[in-house]
Amino acid sequence: MSVIEGSILDFRRLDLLAREDSIIHRLDPRTKVLVTLAFILVVVSFDRYAVNALLPFAIFPVALMAVANLPTRFIAGKVLTVSFFAVAIGILNPLLDRQILIQIDGIGISGGWLSFISILLRSALTVTAALILTATTGFGAICQALERLGMPTIFARQLTFMYRYLFVLAEESQRMSNARELRSCRGTGMGIRPYASMVGHLLLRTWERAERVHRAMLCRGYKGNMVTQKSAGMRLWDLSFLLGWITLFVLLRMYDVPRLLGHLTMMPHL
Amino acid sequence: MSHHIVAADALCFSYPDGTAALKEVTFCIHHGESVAVIGANGAGKSTLLQHLNGFLTPTSGTVRIGDATVTRDNLCDVRKTVGMVFQNPDDQLFMPTVYEDVAFGPRNLGMSVADVERKVRDALAAVDAGHLAAKPPYRLSGGEKKRVAIATVLAMDPAILVMDEPTAGLDPFARREVIGLLKAFSHTKIITSHDLDMVAEVCGRVIVLHAGQLRADGPTGQLFADRSLLAACHLEPPLSMQHCALCGRAATPLSAAA
Repeated sequence: MSVIEGSILDFRRLDLLAREDSIIHRLDPRTKVLVTLAFILVVVSFDRYAVNALLPFAIFPVALMAVANLPTRFIAGKVLTVSFFAVAIGILNPLLDRQILIQIDGIGISGGWLSFISILLRSALTVTAALILTATTGFGAICQALERLGMPTIFARQLTFMYRYLFVLAEESQRMSNARELRSCRGTGMGIRPYASMVGHLLLRTWERAERVHRAMLCRGYKGNMVTQKSAGMRLWDLSFLLGWITLFVLLRMYDVPRLLGHLTMMPHL
Repeated sequence: MSHHIVAADALCFSYPDGTAALKEVTFCIHHGESVAVIGANGAGKSTLLQHLNGFLTPTSGTVRIGDATVTRDNLCDVRKTVGMVFQNPDDQLFMPTVYEDVAFGPRNLGMSVADVERKVRDALAAVDAGHLAAKPPYRLSGGEKKRVAIATVLAMDPAILVMDEPTAGLDPFARREVIGLLKAFSHTKIITSHDLDMVAEVCGRVIVLHAGQLRADGPTGQLFADRSLLAACHLEPPLSMQHCALCGRAATPLSAAA
């Protein structure tokens, strides 16, 4: 299976998961968007050598995945794929920053390694949170939530349409790429040049399709603003979910829990 | 009832590059009629359809829907009266779920939440797609997409249904379902198609276009029996009216086929 087909299937799997039912799924999309944003902001706000202090934050994705009954292997697999980007970003740190910062059992760990691990942790945490948000909410609902939270309508619209036609575009490029492959007989198929023309064709087709879609909208009374039905408002459960998690994030940000625990266990020896 | 009349009077249209796509096309379709517009590829069928709800404006001549000539000012009303089902349902289903998509039109018409809900339910039930409401469009099969696309239009309560190739790309079963739907609708219907067997079943009247000109306009049976006319317009009689190449069965007259 090709890369494009694979990633389409992943998207579809996320969409399917979002149609399941759990107390997390039933939360107002805005609640989940806000909590996820808060989580990401707090995780990113730590200083570059933070490793221990980040660990307790794993409770958020773990708890949500358990309650929402998400497939651990699928999500972990996705996170792993994205981790390669994080590796690419951080891989030079251990070489550039060789100053020893901490000692564990006599082995010195340099600042570079610490910041590298920190980058990996943060990427894993934030990507997992974003995936959980998508897998429990669905992309369309997220767009709507963002709009109701104040994102300019035009961006929300763009995102919704992008998501709808991503599949169509991906399938189209896949067919085109297959057609090229079938006639290039394992050779290079005239090298890079056909791709230029393929991209051009895709752009023109997309353009034409956009025009047809716009016409379809006009046909059904579109006058420039999308009329959507508002979902039920936030309930008490939403508010407690929101405030509960944000309080926890702030506490975890202010107090280094692993260190506190360490102190507690060391107390008797003092 | 003059309200549902669709009429073209000396309709001419040329694309900006100078290609004359329609030349002096004149016809009048009355309330409740079921009319097929047929012709070879490039005969001007799609261009003609585009005029029926004002996506294209005639270079000269007029298009009349009901009592009003289509102009820029009454496009909204025209589009409410004329429901158009596109050839490619992917162009028509643009919302995240089937329900949202069918609700798009009624919401734009400013209906109340309860009304929208009822409209959507009725429209989906009319095409036997109630169970698809929560699905995203890309998870539908070709036949399902087509039925839902029809529902999106029905939800607007159009008086006139315009369909571009309603049976193209469907398997025999899905095609049969769509034909069943079309026959059940009491709307005025204007259908373009290369599926002349479907036309023979659904439409009582046929308009034949060739190279932008109206070549014939008359009862389906009569025109489909006119082989020289069909051949001149690069068409063939429907398969049900052709001599069977496999078993040697003689061609059936249209009355028996329909």
